[in-house]
Amino acid sequence: MIDKGAILLVGVGGQGITLATKIVSLALLKSGFDVKVSEIHGMAQRGGSVYGMVRFGKEVYSPIISQGEADILMAFELLEAARWLIYLKPGGELILGEQTISPMPVLLGKMDYPSDLISQLKDKTEKLLTLNAEELAFELGGLKFANMITLGTLKERLPITQSAWEDAIEESIPERFIEINMKAFELGRKQIMMRGG
Amino acid sequence: MELYSGNEAIARGAYEGGVSFAAGYPGTPSTEILENLSDYKEVNSQWSPNEKVALEVGMGASLGGARTLVTMKHVGLNVAADPLFTAAYTGVNAGLVILVADDPSMHSSQNEQDSRYYARSSLIPMLEPSDSQEAKEYLKEALKLSEDFDTPVLLRMTTRISHSKTKVELSDRTKIPIRTYEKDIAKYVMLPQNARQKRLNLLERMRRLEDFVNTYHLNQVEEAGGEIGIITSGITYQHAKEVFKAASFLKLGMVYPLPFGLIESFVKGKKSVYVVEELEPFLEDAIKAHGIKVLGKELVPRVGELSPDILRDSFSLPKGDSTSAIETPLPPRPPLMCPGCPHRGVFHSLNKLKLTVMGDIGCYTLGALAPFEAMDTCLAMGAGVGMALGFEKATSANLGKAVAVIGDSTFVHSGITPLIDIVYNKGASTVIILDNRITAMTGRQDHPGTGRTLMGEETRALDFMKLAEAIGVGSIRTIDPYDLKQTLTTIKEETEKDEPSVIITTRPCALILSEKETPFSIDKKSCTRCLSCLKVGCPAISFDKAKGLSIDANVCIGCGVCAKVCKFSAILEVDS
Repeated sequence: MIDKGAILLVGVGGQGITLATKIVSLALLKSGFDVKVSEIHGMAQRGGSVYGMVRFGKEVYSPIISQGEADILMAFELLEAARWLIYLKPGGELILGEQTISPMPVLLGKMDYPSDLISQLKDKTEKLLTLNAEELAFELGGLKFANMITLGTLKERLPITQSAWEDAIEESIPERFIEINMKAFELGRKQIMMRGG
Repeated sequence: MELYSGNEAIARGAYEGGVSFAAGYPGTPSTEILENLSDYKEVNSQWSPNEKVALEVGMGASLGGARTLVTMKHVGLNVAADPLFTAAYTGVNAGLVILVADDPSMHSSQNEQDSRYYARSSLIPMLEPSDSQEAKEYLKEALKLSEDFDTPVLLRMTTRISHSKTKVELSDRTKIPIRTYEKDIAKYVMLPQNARQKRLNLLERMRRLEDFVNTYHLNQVEEAGGEIGIITSGITYQHAKEVFKAASFLKLGMVYPLPFGLIESFVKGKKSVYVVEELEPFLEDAIKAHGIKVLGKELVPRVGELSPDILRDSFSLPKGDSTSAIETPLPPRPPLMCPGCPHRGVFHSLNKLKLTVMGDIGCYTLGALAPFEAMDTCLAMGAGVGMALGFEKATSANLGKAVAVIGDSTFVHSGITPLIDIVYNKGASTVIILDNRITAMTGRQDHPGTGRTLMGEETRALDFMKLAEAIGVGSIRTIDPYDLKQTLTTIKEETEKDEPSVIITTRPCALILSEKETPFSIDKKSCTRCLSCLKVGCPAISFDKAKGLSIDANVCIGCGVCAKVCKFSAILEVDS
């Protein structure tokens, strides 16, 4: 098992990046690591590009992930995956929720949403896991579960115990939604298993 | 062990440190401190109308005997600067900590000022933590210093400390009895004859602090035995520890006044000593002026946040390999007004009317961006109202051409006095108050107009119409910003009048609505692709050259503004 690392979660304001970041960082803390998390609130949250940086290990100083440092880049949106790709360590893994959300220049028809991003991401990464979290989330009852499904893919990839995951989820989500979110998390984990990830 | 943001840790530190009163005004990155503090029922916390009021209420609470915390962002300290400088003269009764959060890189701010200069110019000691645990402990230290030295104490955070989460070990609350207030005219009444004496006392206090800091345990030396030394503080310490693994460190927990004795002994015997600090050369200038040889801004950027990579670049150190970048140009993703945002209708109308729009600080500053581009200025909280008057005063040719737009919370913060100026000095400006019933940009905080306090109690709400009437505004009207026709007509009529006008919008922030209305969709048969619906700048509406226009029903909240823009009745409620 790895004893230190960096996970970068990226997407668009409103996709639940903050919650996903909170859960994985708490789960790492509960597994005995020093953890530092960096995120930005405020104006950027209004539909802008958002991120959660998680660094863990025996002792962590800076909360900022450097370019080429992330062991895992977890992108909840395709364009944001492309934007943050340089933060991924060569040989690191890109976990990609295939949702696309057009930014204003695209909505206005002034710029195109690049059409070849997936093939470029495939070319440039050694490990790529794609999942249609959007579709799975709708099956479960709504788009709001997409973040937990995507997060579930981390389960087998990080040195976090089952009970640490469960405690972290329970502490981060209102009681009445815990069961359905646990289900979403498991659904994400199974996606990986099915694809041999 | 908990994982707390710096802001959560400050709130916890206030609780543990026996603070029993707190006041502030929301402002990124400081906002969550008071929000979190309001969860501790032992601390009576409040949003004040602005930072100056917050500090004055805080001074009153300190005199009244309560350990007090006052919070604000960096530009808020400008607003509070007047009482700040004289509070340094009077000193305090119970401990008073003024927390100021700077925003290097301007993630959510209009400037990048370095608040450390306030400490030096007001002669108030300043502490700066480098993670959440320190934030919590330094707050308690600051309370103690405040009482030991009879001075307000500044505690400086930056965005990266406020919003990063790190490990925190919790302690219990220390019960601090309320101090008795004793009338002391010579101490608290800053008539010139008293202030002259207090000025001397202030300088004497600074001399005591300057001695004290040389052995203060918040200033820490980590001697690694090498030839390289780093003097740093705050978040930059953490970045530098990643990069300069073999260097010795002097980590300053107190950034004003500086421990020159300690710095001199740290520098001794080292080949090179670098001052690594974010923003201005605050430490560096003082250290150099003291005759100590160091390097700083010769290498380290003065603009924006620092990071381990920026430090590697500055010192020509190698960086790790990274995955290669995508070759296609990527469209940027600027922040935008939410679906159903009531500001949309106003900016759509202002764009059509081609008025000069004196803007202000809030979500509505996004009205300056495409597709509206209906804002000419954004300077400071409340500034647009005064600027509208000045613009008209410049030449009679400008009469009726300028309007001010200002949010409800911003209006209460500092838009009222310039509105009085418009009436008093016989202006004819039109002031549009975008009353969405909340402080939206910072994450939906209550304010005097909402009828609720930070502690969740009902209170009397400020009535903007009656206020404008009492100020003497002759023409006061309300508009529904979802009704584009009414919005456009009202603004047009009011700007044509040669007297001051106030227009108040009446729709709440879309993020505080409990339920969505029926979403809309585009009838492809009627749609002519004129693209006028794109001009409302709604993230639910998109255009694709192949597929035409479409509305994402998951994003649409059913405000219907786009349907009112469509001349071909091609935008219909989904059910119909």
